[in-house]
Amino acid sequence: MARALINVPPKAKRGELIEIKTLISHNMETGFRPDNTGKPVPRDIITEFVCKYNGEEIFRAELFPAIAANPFLTFFTIATESGTLNFEWTGDNGFSASESVNITVE
Amino acid sequence: MREDHIAPATRRRFLIDTAALAGAAGLDLSLAIRPASATPASMRAAIRRVVGEASVKKGRLKIDLPPLIENGNAVPLTVAAESPMTADNYVKAIHVFTEKNPQPNVISVQLGPLAGRATFATRIRLADSQKVIAIAEMNDGSFWSDEIEVIVTLAACLEGV
Repeated sequence: MARALINVPPKAKRGELIEIKTLISHNMETGFRPDNTGKPVPRDIITEFVCKYNGEEIFRAELFPAIAANPFLTFFTIATESGTLNFEWTGDNGFSASESVNITVE
Repeated sequence: MREDHIAPATRRRFLIDTAALAGAAGLDLSLAIRPASATPASMRAAIRRVVGEASVKKGRLKIDLPPLIENGNAVPLTVAAESPMTADNYVKAIHVFTEKNPQPNVISVQLGPLAGRATFATRIRLADSQKVIAIAEMNDGSFWSDEIEVIVTLAACLEGV
């Protein structure tokens, strides 16, 4: 299981704009680099990231080999209700990881 | 002593011969040593696939990328679109393209009114000094773009393992 770091403010006021930062450990092998025999190393990247807030999708990203290793994504949402933010990464060779964070909205 | 005289002569001849050969095969050689890379044409094709026949206007979008990059392996990129992000006026998607990476696509994000602000940040790889283009798709079907020229001193992607 890949290690993921999520940064979400634990508490927010209703209607407040909050910043969400995510980081996951992954090589993001591009498929363009040659190994020492000259053949390219097969591609192995995360291709998709989805963030849901209480089950509703707020942000989705399609990633390509041009994303640096250990993909880092920052984005925003509006704090509407207390609940959970769910993060999901999927990629090549059956890669899949997910993480959840609780948020309290006052 | 004699060898000293002969050596420069042969080396000079060798260089002249090589230069002549390279000149004759000039086009082929320059193609052979170029690494795989997207061309401005393949970038335009990738943009066409996203945009279709719609026209792309400049503005309402801003790319934030350092103009001089020492290491192309992890370059901080921020893209911000101007939009109130309300239920009837929001940014649907933002796509980022490069001119000279092996593949033109970098990232495509999908947003909605729930995002609150049409801004995202990530870290990207850049294989060469080149142009980076971002295109935002609004919910009314219009497209807006911004582009930036960057200089990369250490390229990403292409070095061996």
